[in-house]
Amino acid sequence: MKPSAKRLLNILVPVKRSVDYAVKIRVNPEQTGIDTNVKHSMNPFDEIAVEEAVRLREKLKEKVTSIKAITIGPPKSIETLRTALAMGADSAIHVEVPEPGPSPEPLAVAKTLRAIIERQNSAAKSPADKIDLVILGKQAIDDDLGVTGQMLAGLLGWSQATFASKLEVDTEKGEAFVVREIDGGGEELRCRLPLVVTTDLRLNEPRYASLPNIMKAKKKPIEKLSPADLGVDYTPQLETLKVAEPPKRVGGGKVANVDELIAKLKEAGIEAA
Amino acid sequence: MLRTSSTFCRRAFVRSYATATSPHALVFLEHRGGVIDSGSLSALTAAEQLGGQVSALIVGSSDHVPGVVDKVKKLKGVTSVLHSTSPQYAEPVPEILSPLFESILSDSTFTHVVSATSSSAKSLLPRVSARLDAPTISDVTSLEHDASSGSTTFTRPIYAGNAISTVRAPSGIPIKFFTVRGTAFAPAADADSTAEATAVDPVEVADPVTVHLKTTIAKSDRPDLGVASRVISGGRALKNAETFEKTLYPLADVLGAAVGASRAAVDAGYADNSLQVGQTGKVVAPELYMALGISGAIQHLAGMKDSKLIVAVNKDPDAPIFQVADVGLVADLFDVVPELTEKLKK
Repeated sequence: MKPSAKRLLNILVPVKRSVDYAVKIRVNPEQTGIDTNVKHSMNPFDEIAVEEAVRLREKLKEKVTSIKAITIGPPKSIETLRTALAMGADSAIHVEVPEPGPSPEPLAVAKTLRAIIERQNSAAKSPADKIDLVILGKQAIDDDLGVTGQMLAGLLGWSQATFASKLEVDTEKGEAFVVREIDGGGEELRCRLPLVVTTDLRLNEPRYASLPNIMKAKKKPIEKLSPADLGVDYTPQLETLKVAEPPKRVGGGKVANVDELIAKLKEAGIEAA
Repeated sequence: MLRTSSTFCRRAFVRSYATATSPHALVFLEHRGGVIDSGSLSALTAAEQLGGQVSALIVGSSDHVPGVVDKVKKLKGVTSVLHSTSPQYAEPVPEILSPLFESILSDSTFTHVVSATSSSAKSLLPRVSARLDAPTISDVTSLEHDASSGSTTFTRPIYAGNAISTVRAPSGIPIKFFTVRGTAFAPAADADSTAEATAVDPVEVADPVTVHLKTTIAKSDRPDLGVASRVISGGRALKNAETFEKTLYPLADVLGAAVGASRAAVDAGYADNSLQVGQTGKVVAPELYMALGISGAIQHLAGMKDSKLIVAVNKDPDAPIFQVADVGLVADLFDVVPELTEKLKK
C-alpha cells in the first residue's frame, strides 16, 4: 500500500537554555533571583527530547518529515538552538525576549507553542505539513515547575504522555505507545496523534554533536520571531517576591568507627525497629 | 487623562475588594485501589491553612470510591466531600479527568485547586489550569492566604532546592492551582466531625484520545519511600543489583526503613526507578537518611537534604555528602554495613 500523505510526522521540540546542571548556583544579594553570570546549557530533559525526535527519524526514516526546534529566550538562547540543530533538528525558531527580564511563565510558553503550531498547521497545504508531535522535557531544572507540556496539551486539546520512558510511534495507525514513569512503578498508554510527550531521564541517552554536525548546524535556518508576532502577552501572572538561600545545613563532623556511629544514632533516638 | 486613570484605579480597588471571597479549596484526593495516598493527606493540611472551606474530590471506579469517601469524611479539615464515579475514572487519565474538573470549576465558588505533587496530579493540574488560563504552582512548601486581598503567597524550591522562591498569586487569578510537597506538611488526621458527601455526575469522554493499558507497581514489603520515617539509600558503590540487595536490605529490615537509591545506582540497574531519590525522583524528609556509597551530587541532595538526621558512609573523605551529613563515617560500606546491622540487632 502506498503510504498516504497523512502518515507523515512533523515534530516540534521546544528547548530551554538554563543554568548548567553542574553549576552550584548562588542567590544574588538583592534576593531577586540567582547570579546568572555562569555556564548555561540546554536543559538536560530537553536534550533527551531532541535525541528522541532524532531517534524517531532514524527508526521511521522519511516518515518523519521535519524536526523543528524552538526556544523562547534571550539572544543567547540561539546557542541552545544550534545545539539542537547539531544533534539533528532540521530548522529552528527563536522567539526572542529581552534580557534582563523575567523568563516567560510556562503558560505563556505554552501559548507561544500553541500559536506556532496553529500558524504552521493552518498554513499547511496538506496534513503532511502539520505538526502532530511535540516532545518536551518533563521539567526545566531552573524553575523546576514541570507544567509546560501538560499546559500545551490542554490548550490544544491533544493527548499527552508525561514522564515518558519509552515512546513508539505508529504512523500508519496515527497513534503512539508510551511507557510512563509514575510513583511506585510504570504505566503503559496508547495515545492518538497529535500528541504532546514529556521526557523522563530514562527515555534515552542523548548523543554528543560531532564537529561536522556542529559545522553543518551553522547553515541550518533559524527563524526569528517576537512574542508580539504571535500575539502572546509575556506579562507574568505571578509576582516573585523573593528568592532566598535555603537554610544551611552544617555537616556534623565525622565519627571514627561503627560504635561511635551507633552511639550517635542512639543519641538521636534511633534504634532497631 | 489623570481623571480616567484615577477612576480606573478606584474601580479596580473596589472590585478586588468585592471579589475577595472566603477561600474554598478543592483538593484532588488520590487513592490507589481504595487506599488514600499519604501525599493527599498532606495536601488537605495545606488546603486547611488557606483558612476557608476544604472540599475533597474523589474520583475512581465504583469499587473503591465509597470506601474512600467514608474515610475522607472523617478527616480533619475536610468540610465537604465530592465524589464522582465512572469506569473511565478507574485510572487517572488527565485527558479524561480534565473535563470533569472544568465542569466542577466552571460554576462554583472554588478559589484554589490543590493536590499532592504526585505523578498523576502533576500530569492533570497544569492541563486543567491552562484551560482556565491560570498557572500551576508546583511543589509548594509553605503558603499564606490573605483573605482581604484574595492573594495567596507560596514558597517553593527552585534550582534543585538550592534556592527558595516566594511567589504571590494575586487576586486577579480567580482560581489558584498548586501542588504540595508532602514532606513539608503533616498529613491530615482523623477527626470527630463528619463532612457531607455529594455525588457529582461524571463527564463521560466519548472516544478518548488516550487509553490506559496497564500499570506496573513495584511490589515491596518495606515502608513506602515517600513517607517512611527512615530511609537507607545506596549509590554506585554498591556494584550490582545483587550486592545492592544483599548489603542494604538486612540493614533496612533491622531499622524498619525504606530503601532508596541515587540516580547512578538506578541507571546502572542496581535498583528500580521508583526508588530514586533526588530532583528527578522522590523527595524525602525522613527522621533518618542513611546515604551509603553516595557522593552527594546536587541533584541527589535536592531529594533528601530536609531529612532530620543524615548519616553518610563513604570511602572518599572529600565526598560532598559529608558537607550535609550530621554523622559521617569515612570507611568501606562493605565493612560498615554488616557490622552496623549486627550491632543494631543486639
